[in-house]
Amino acid sequence: MPEANGTVPDEWRERVLGASREGVGLRLRGAGSKDFYGEALTGELLDLRSFRGIVDYEPSELVITARCGTPLSEVEAVLAAQGQFLAFEPPAFSADPTLGGVIAVGLSGPRRMFAGAARDFVLGTRLLTAQGEVLRFGGQVMKNVAGFDVSRLLCGSLGILGVITEVSLKVLPRPRLEETLRLELPAAEAVAAFNRWAALPLPLSGAAWAQGSAWVRLSGAPAAVRAARQQIGGDPVATPLAESFWSALRHYQHTFFSAAGLWRLSLPSATPPLALPGEPLIDWGGALRWYADPPREFDVREVAGAAQGTALRWRGAAPEGRFHPLPAINARLHRRLKERFDPRGIFNPGRLIPGL
Amino acid sequence: MAGSDAVPDIAAELRAVLPADCVLARAEERRPYECDGLTAFRELPAVVVLPRTDEHVRRTLLTCQRLKVPLVARGSGTGLSGGATPHPAGVLLSCARMNRVLEVDPVNRIARLEPGVPNLKVSEAAAPHGLYYAPDPSSQVACSIGGNVAENSGGVHCLKYGLTVHNVIGLRGYTVDGERIELGGLAPDHPGLDLLALAIGSEGLLLIVTEVTVKLIPRPPMAQLVMASFADVHSAGNAVAAIIAAGIIPAALEMMDRKATAAVEPFVHAGYDLDAAAILLVESDGTSEEVREQVQEIEHVLREAGAGALRVSGSEAERLRLWSGRKNAFPAAGRLSPDYYCMDGTIPRKHVGRVLEAIGEMETRYGLRCMNVFHAGDGNLHPVILFDANEPGSWEHADRFGAEILELCVALGGTITGEHGVGLEKLNSMCVQFSAAERAAFFAVKEAFDPVPLLNPGKLIPTLVRCAEYGRMHVHAGALPHPELPRF
Repeated sequence: MPEANGTVPDEWRERVLGASREGVGLRLRGAGSKDFYGEALTGELLDLRSFRGIVDYEPSELVITARCGTPLSEVEAVLAAQGQFLAFEPPAFSADPTLGGVIAVGLSGPRRMFAGAARDFVLGTRLLTAQGEVLRFGGQVMKNVAGFDVSRLLCGSLGILGVITEVSLKVLPRPRLEETLRLELPAAEAVAAFNRWAALPLPLSGAAWAQGSAWVRLSGAPAAVRAARQQIGGDPVATPLAESFWSALRHYQHTFFSAAGLWRLSLPSATPPLALPGEPLIDWGGALRWYADPPREFDVREVAGAAQGTALRWRGAAPEGRFHPLPAINARLHRRLKERFDPRGIFNPGRLIPGL
Repeated sequence: MAGSDAVPDIAAELRAVLPADCVLARAEERRPYECDGLTAFRELPAVVVLPRTDEHVRRTLLTCQRLKVPLVARGSGTGLSGGATPHPAGVLLSCARMNRVLEVDPVNRIARLEPGVPNLKVSEAAAPHGLYYAPDPSSQVACSIGGNVAENSGGVHCLKYGLTVHNVIGLRGYTVDGERIELGGLAPDHPGLDLLALAIGSEGLLLIVTEVTVKLIPRPPMAQLVMASFADVHSAGNAVAAIIAAGIIPAALEMMDRKATAAVEPFVHAGYDLDAAAILLVESDGTSEEVREQVQEIEHVLREAGAGALRVSGSEAERLRLWSGRKNAFPAAGRLSPDYYCMDGTIPRKHVGRVLEAIGEMETRYGLRCMNVFHAGDGNLHPVILFDANEPGSWEHADRFGAEILELCVALGGTITGEHGVGLEKLNSMCVQFSAAERAAFFAVKEAFDPVPLLNPGKLIPTLVRCAEYGRMHVHAGALPHPELPRF
């Protein structure tokens, strides 16, 4: 029988067991690049950076396994040397985040609608539990349906179920060719065009709209990219400018993100323009829309909800919580899962859902 | 009615809240539901319910909850792990009548479906818009989308297009308490924990699904298949790695060994090279320019990797003929042998040759034949063990053979099931793959959704007692199989 062999630092296990005994909250933290994200930070700091390193990487298996404290930049550099990459384009924000943080937050970049989200690439995890045990879920293979898919459940969990100590991710070869086209279009027409193109066999890998321009990225076999370029039209964007645009979008460094108050709306991609003032920044072919704070009389959550979407309070005061509220039954299931994985409520208390 | 006293009670309670034709209680009516695709496991359910609406499902759940009667959901019954084997004292809920395509939205590129819709029907409904639903299990003519969600089903195109979990974006259904629940939806990101991912592949243990929203993607205008022959299984395995290492993600990458090609060729006349120890089927899809470019690269890599004969499909008819052998591998096994047992382990691709050799050695040891078809691109093996259930002890023998293959998969860093699920079949093997603490975590998930438990109880997660018994039976004189392999 296998043993869940936890080669995690002894100190962590002691801290976790101590916290469980005393019912003290632990604030799990990698590089701290996402301290601003989620609800308020509470608990004693448990710094996870020391447990780092790539455990296994074989390019022909399309899988990389690394410890939670491994910097994202290290993972990406190792992959790039073999012509591979993380296709969900995780954001790095300002500091160099850790891989554990990237997965705990589960955010994805501009390629998300075309290549998949962070959770789509998670193949396996190791989890340090409140009982001080290290459990392994999933693995290093592409297809694995043994047991519940706890690994994907941990992606985006903000650490509330335990410490993600190791992650295995599916990686992909870098596209042979990448080109960006720019079209001057009003937002509504851009969204309609994005959805029209997404229904055609075109090698799309990005579709965004900002300040009057639609940006369309094509990635793949040179023949396919060239054919798609003809079909879409617009003006080719020089590579350095294109790369800086997609990078600014991915890492939240576009000037749009400097607004003092920001909402992030996740929506069905073909949603027509919303009844909110001001021009949005649009990504994911229309499925992700950012708005600077509207005047007080606008209820952003209600507008998003009416369009079958949700609104996340990204920056600025959040008296009603950062995240769109969950339906009662979903919230109850969250509580029941939390109670079973972390009965004393030690891991990142309140970070995902107030009071949980 | 002979048999258990509970039978008429449950049926009567259900008839009080459901239309009479939704409740089957006579033994001969229940008989067709006694097993799924894994016919070695049979149980007659106490009652069969055939709901037509969400409300019927809710009422069934409330009745089961009140009477504390187990409930097992079933799609088309094509599953291969006994996930839909009935509970003898419980209700079997068949989704067969909930089979409407509720909506195809070509603009948002989604379809909303009732759980009983057959997989292939989804793509048929989307076809007028140039769209389709990517996961294509071999049983796609029959298997239902609800069953695909329960098992997180795959198919031959997973490497490029993903599994069910990558292609289902929303679920609606009911908790065990009959409460309406919605997970995911048309918008891509959702607040909170990813309960949608948890529900997919949960084998009917967490909730009952009454509506599935799937992603539709553009149908590639063209596909071409390359067939390559190899003189030994190791070179075929190396060729698979070489394709991936060259930065190519083919639409499909399948391997069949000589035993498999020999079994299907007389049956489908696919034109397989019967002299080859193994053949690879490599598919490229996309625009005609893209496919032409990729097929050239694939041919080059395969030649470099030592392929003998190479054949590229020259027409759609030829491509489908080459596929027909692969897709008919299991029926062909049925022609060779009175019974067959299909396994479903996954391994890191690099171990393909090693595993096929080990299986060859096991064939000699167990005195049973085994042919191998294999989703090589994903490392997902389907060894098919041939046996004759009429020979006493033969099923047990095949079962042990299969378990040994799965243990080898685990020892090599793989898993006991890539796409068929655990069900009842692989409960023992779960003891090998997961520690007691890991299994306890699975029970914790189960309890959070279904504390009694009533939904498909006894499946997917083995109890401590069961693993202890399996351990005693299995570890002969303290010696584990494959002692040379590192175990975590």
